[in-house]
Formats: sequence, C-alpha cells, structure tokens
Amino acid sequence: MMPGKTIRLQVRRQDTPASSGYWEEYEIPHRPRENVISVLMEIAKDPKTRDGKTTSPVVYDRSCLEEVCGSCAMRVNGAARMACTALIDSLEQPIRLEPLAKFPVVRDLSVDRGSMFESLKRVKAWVPIDGTYDLGPGPRMAEAERAHAYELSKCITCGNCLEVCPQVNERSSFMGAAPISQVALFNRHPTGKMLAAERLEALMGHGGLDECGNAQNCVRACPKSIPLTTSIAEMFRATTMQGMRKLFQT
Amino acid sequence: MSQERVIVVGGGLAGLMAAIRAAEMGVGVDLFSIVPVKRSHSVCAQGGINGAVNTKGEGDSPEIHFDDTIYGGDFLANQPPVKAMCYAAPGIINLLDRMGVMFNRTAEGLLDFRRFGGTKFHRTAFAGATTGQQLLYALDEQVRRFEVAGLVHKYEMWEFLGLVRDADGNCRGIVALDWVSMRIEAFPGLAVMLATGGPGIVFGRSTNSVINTGTAAAAAYREGARYANGEFIQVHPTSIPGSDKLRLMSESARGEGGRVWVPRRQGDKRAPKSIPESERWYFLEEKYPAYGNLVPRDIATREIFQICLMGYGVGSRREVYLDLTHIPRKELDVKLGGILEIYEKFVGDDPREVPMKVFPGMHYSMGGLWVDYAPDPHHGTLDEVSPRNQATNVPGLYAAGEVDYQYHGANRLGANSLVACLYAGKIGGPAMVRYGRETSSKLPAADGAFAGAKKEWESEFARLANLAGPENPHRLAEEMGDWMTDNVTVIRHDAKLAETEAKLQELSDRWSRIGLPDRSSFANREISFVNQLRNMLVLARVMTRGALLREESRGAHFKVRDLEKGVTEENALPRDDANYLKTTIAEHTPDGPRITYEPVDTSLIPPRPRKY
Repeated sequence: MMPGKTIRLQVRRQDTPASSGYWEEYEIPHRPRENVISVLMEIAKDPKTRDGKTTSPVVYDRSCLEEVCGSCAMRVNGAARMACTALIDSLEQPIRLEPLAKFPVVRDLSVDRGSMFESLKRVKAWVPIDGTYDLGPGPRMAEAERAHAYELSKCITCGNCLEVCPQVNERSSFMGAAPISQVALFNRHPTGKMLAAERLEALMGHGGLDECGNAQNCVRACPKSIPLTTSIAEMFRATTMQGMRKLFQT
Repeated sequence: MSQERVIVVGGGLAGLMAAIRAAEMGVGVDLFSIVPVKRSHSVCAQGGINGAVNTKGEGDSPEIHFDDTIYGGDFLANQPPVKAMCYAAPGIINLLDRMGVMFNRTAEGLLDFRRFGGTKFHRTAFAGATTGQQLLYALDEQVRRFEVAGLVHKYEMWEFLGLVRDADGNCRGIVALDWVSMRIEAFPGLAVMLATGGPGIVFGRSTNSVINTGTAAAAAYREGARYANGEFIQVHPTSIPGSDKLRLMSESARGEGGRVWVPRRQGDKRAPKSIPESERWYFLEEKYPAYGNLVPRDIATREIFQICLMGYGVGSRREVYLDLTHIPRKELDVKLGGILEIYEKFVGDDPREVPMKVFPGMHYSMGGLWVDYAPDPHHGTLDEVSPRNQATNVPGLYAAGEVDYQYHGANRLGANSLVACLYAGKIGGPAMVRYGRETSSKLPAADGAFAGAKKEWESEFARLANLAGPENPHRLAEEMGDWMTDNVTVIRHDAKLAETEAKLQELSDRWSRIGLPDRSSFANREISFVNQLRNMLVLARVMTRGALLREESRGAHFKVRDLEKGVTEENALPRDDANYLKTTIAEHTPDGPRITYEPVDTSLIPPRPRKY
C-alpha cells in the first residue's frame, strides 16, 4: 500500500487480566473522516495484522460513539482520551492504542472501572428523595446556579481524570477528581445538600481529598471540560469548614 | 436480601424506572445490563422530554398533548395508554426535577420549556441538549441508593440470552451470559421485564449506540413473544453522516429556531454564508407554513430525501443545510451546547458560524414487543395498578421502553420517547410485582426448567465457538444493514421488499457458514455478536414482512407505486383505514414471521386525515 494512503494502527493487546501484554500492528486503506473506533470496526471485518497474520478482533469498550456514554476511554498515542472523538487525520501515525493504566485490564483495551461507581456510592452521589409518588415540583433554582451545576453533572465516568492523576497509583487509594466534583454538584442542590455533611465526611476519609496533590492534570484531561479543579478547591474549603464545625461541636 | 425478587433486563430509562418502582415496593431487583447502566443508550437522547405543564401561558394541556401524539402517530396507537401517558407526563417531569435533573430554568427559577416537532406549544423540558444523559444519571443515582440499601443487585456486563419457561409456558426467569468470564447462568424471578431498547443496528449505521441490536427482543420473539408494528421505523430528518454511525443532530436545533434550506440553484458551489436569502430555498417553511421546520419527523425526512433526489442537495450530495447561524452564540451555548460540541468535534466546523450539513438517518423503532394494558373506562386512561400493564403475551414477561410498541403509533413525536420510557417503567415495575405476588404460590415447580435452559444455552454457545466457515460476521451485518437502509426506511416498494426478504433468507443461510473470528474462552465479544446477528436477521425479517404486507402509507411507513417517481404524495399508496388501521402482529415460526392484525383502540379521538 502507498505510504500516506493508509492508516497504521498499533494496539497493545492482552488476552486475560493475568497474562502479559504484546503489540500488534494493522494497516488499512485510508478513508476521510475516520476515528479510532471506526478503524477498529473496519479491522474486525477482516482481522489481519500488518504482516498478514490472521488474528482476532481487538476487544474494547464502546457504545454511543458520540462521546457521551463514557465507554471508550483509552490511551491514544500516549494520551488518555475518548477513542470515538480521536479523529484519524489529526493523529500522528502509526497510531498507538493502549488500555488505561490505572484500572485492571479485562482484555486488550477493555478495563474494569467498577471502582469509580463504588466511589459514587461512598460519597452518596444522589438527591435523597422520599419516593416516586407525586409530591409536586422540585425546588426552584436560579438559572445561573443551574447552569454551573449542569456543567458538573455532565461527568461521563470515563476515568480519564484518574488516568492522568499522579496520586492515583498502586500505593494510594485516592478516589480521583470525578467523585469529588460530584460532591460539589450534590452539595449545591437545594435537596441534595441535606446530605452535605455526610458527603464531606466521606471526602475527609481514607482515599479522599487529603491525597489530592494539586497536579491539575485532571481538568486538562476531562473530555467534557468540567471545572474539576474548581470543584476540588471548593471541596477543600468546605471540608475545612466541616472540620472546624466538628471541632466546636465536641 | 429480600426474598421476593424480580428481574429487569436493561438499565436505560425504562429499566431503571421499573427497578426503582419495584424496589420501592420492598421487592429485590436483579438488574442485568451489557454495559454499566450509566452508559445505556438513553444517554444519547438530546432535545428533551414532553409534558404539558403549561407554564408559558399558551393554554397547553395534557389533552392537547394526547391529540398531538395520536395525530402525529397517524392514529395507529391504542388511545387509552397514550392518554394516560400524556396526563402522567407533568408529574414525571416534576419527579425528575425533584431527583435533581439540571433542567434549564426561566428568570423566575421555574423549568423552561421549548418547542419540538408536531406541536405548536412550548412543551419540552430540557437540560441543555443532553437531556437523556441528565435523566439517565438522575435515575442511575436513585438506583445506586437502592443498591446500597441492598434492594437492587446489578449484573453489569451480562447479556440476556433467553427465557426460562415452566411446563405451562410461564416465564420464570432468564438465562444470561457473563461477558467477562463467559459463564452462562440461569436466574429465577417472580417476573421478568425487558427494557432493552431499540434495534437500530439492524440497519447497520443509525443514530443508535452499537449495543442497540434488538437481540433481547428478538430472543423473546423467537420464544413466543409477539412483536407488533415492526415495520414502523423512524428515520430522523437530521443526522451527521459518518462511516461508523450517523450522529444525531437533535430536533431541538429546529425547536430553538434552526432553519433547513438548500441553495435554489442545483450544484451551487458557493459557501453557504455567501448565498443571499433570496437564493436560499427554505423548503419546509414554504410547504408547511403552520409548522415550518417543526413538521413531524416522518414528513421532514421525506421532504429532505425528495429535495436531494431532485438534485438540490448541497454540492449535489445527499445533504441539506441546518442553519443556526442567525441565533446569538450565548443562547446557542446555553440551550444547545452539547449537540454543537458533537458537530464541532466530528466535523470540525463551528455550527455557530457555518450552517451544519445533515441528512436523514435511522433513529427509532415505533414497533416492538406487543404489550397489554388495562383500560380505566371512567377516565379513558389506564388502571395503573393492574398487572396487565406492559405485560407481553408470555405470562410473567414484561416489556417497557423502546422495546415495547405501545405509545407512538406509526410515527413518534420528538421528545415523547423519554416520557414513554419513564411512564412504561413507572407502571410496568409495579405491574410485574403485582403479577408475581398474585401468581407465585400458584405456579408449578420449575427447578428442572432452570437447569435445562442453562444447559441448552451452554451447548449452543459451545456450537457457536466451533463455527469455522468462511463468512465474517461483521461483513454479513454490514450487508444486512445496507439492504435494510436502502429498502426498509424512507421509501418502501413491494418488489424491493420482496427482494430484501430473499436477501435476508440468503444472509441467514450464510450465517450458518460463519467462521468465529475469536477462539478465546475469555471476554469473547465475537461469539456474543454472532448470536446477536442471528437475532437481528430474525427481526429484520419481521420488519420487512410487515412492510411488504401493509399496502398503504401511514406515518413512517411510506409505500410508493413507482420507485423512480420518488417521495411524492401522488406516487404513494394512500392511508387505508378500512383495511390497515390495525396493529401488525408477528409471531415466530420456523418458516419466518406469521403476520396477523389486531384492531386499534380509537375510542377517544376519531381518526381524521393527517395534514400539517
């Protein structure tokens, strides 16, 4: 194939969680407007490596392909991002795909991000409604306040903010920016804030805010441009206040 | 853990609502999903959710919402459930508001509402242009509360394979596959709810997520559940063409004032901004002065299709302009930010500055599993405590959401899908619990059925694992998708439909000559896809047969006499109430679908011609 008229892709593969990884390379004809997912889909139609060896299709997580489901986070040319919005023509080739490193690999590019959902349980990321029966409208909110909260509520739980955080590593249990920002969201809501103290306590515990090193990588890696460091700073202030309140109560 | 347990398959809006409602009754819920539920396809809904709250002083009411929905659906929907849904809609929006959904607000701090297709009222509550995401998250959070409380147990990355039925045919549980370990297990439940979404991937590329294969609905159909109105497929007027999918460009873009146009001169090569007003053809506004760009989707889609067939597509391609550039940037960012970002990221142009280029794309299935309802004769709505609501014809099996056929007739109005999912889940959850409580002591013992069903699926998957023929499953799926898109979407023609049936038969034969591209016994997505593909082919035949036999045009089903003459009214078979104001019912047989018809309940609004 002519150079420049093809797409070259190198994928870090791993057969099981316990096995070691290996690289495979693929090459397919170039088409305009492709992204990393569409290329992986094309390879699956005739799974062969660049040197012609038959192989199995790459295993990866994907669903919406519109960057809203949060499934397809991976490392593309070393950077943590969503594969669906990684447009081929904006990437240097050969394009290198690796699984996120801060989560256990299931197979190939698929990782287990279950720990992020566990963090949401821990910080009680919900509004404590009484029930689904009819209790009339919710509390009123100013549009400006709503608009800020909406930005926080767009978190797709992709894990990129944890992936780039130096404090998230094998020696720490730091929950990362995503759940901290969820506390900022729910502690703003007129009903949600009824659990504010409990959420702050959770952030003050093991793996919480104390372990944030203020590297600020998270806010740059967020595909949804969520003001994560603003949330973290807000939560630092709120937990300090919470600590003082406790001090005076006892 | 609660001793009483029900099963919900699917964690989108309908499934999560059903799970919450069942858990509120103190019943344990086993919730199965092939993705973490927060990643379900409801997340893709953009524009909003309808409810006639009438906070704009326009005189809107649930009764008008009901009429708009029935009329928009060309009178094919049973009327009592639609009426009940429209009357419940304001309460559902209030509930979401209480759950913390960040709906856009007015100056007074009330929920804001915008316009959508097929109505003249501001009836659509919205959270930016990512309303489905925001709604799904709110329900996901409530379900997580029940998970912490021990009432909901999630089986995420598990795929539904089939039903467990006792000797009398009652559904007693499901068989499911763990996508990681590839273990197959049978699970018991007092009742089973399928809330597994639509079948977009049957058409290859659509606005749907890649998980929307319709495989669960097809599996239930193959085991005896009836599938209704399969031929009614919504093609959304405005999507962004792509090689991997057709990305949705929400109707809210037009609801907020977006205008559809093409250059008046065919093949005009000028940049859109340099084409003066007088040389632009706003063909929807011209032909439909009352509704303009907000005619219902089936109509807008046909008009765009026809304009392109006539050679007026932008740059002579199958694309038209969707123009927002006359709207202030700030307003666009607050109300439509999410969808503008999608366009920007995938196309590279800023839609605040340059008109977007869009074309119709397969979007939604009005048809789905047949479900029952219990009418309330006094109010024309439903008896919402009845176990009949959302029940399929298989005792103990329920369906809710896009996977059911109940609420949209022949064409769905924009922003009615979210409310339909939530309403169906809201009444379906309690219905399955009541069914379970009423029947559990009366049903025969079924222990053997679980072991039997599990063993059957284990040997079936062992067989699939050894498929070693020459066919690649993804190529077969691509062929199926191309045929279905070409022949079973915007224009239907009998000869083409018959050819498609033959093609689907051929693809089914070739399916048995697939070579499984992955031999691993761990996290093998290929074996799962091969099983799904067989189910997709079954559903494709249901859709195609239904379209072939329905000799009329109604809503999204548009049948022409002469393919060459395109999408014109004169070329179409007319709506035929005498013969086809009927629900299509498909039942599985080894020789393909057997089609019968069932009357539609039109007791509340007499059918009238549909003219916008």
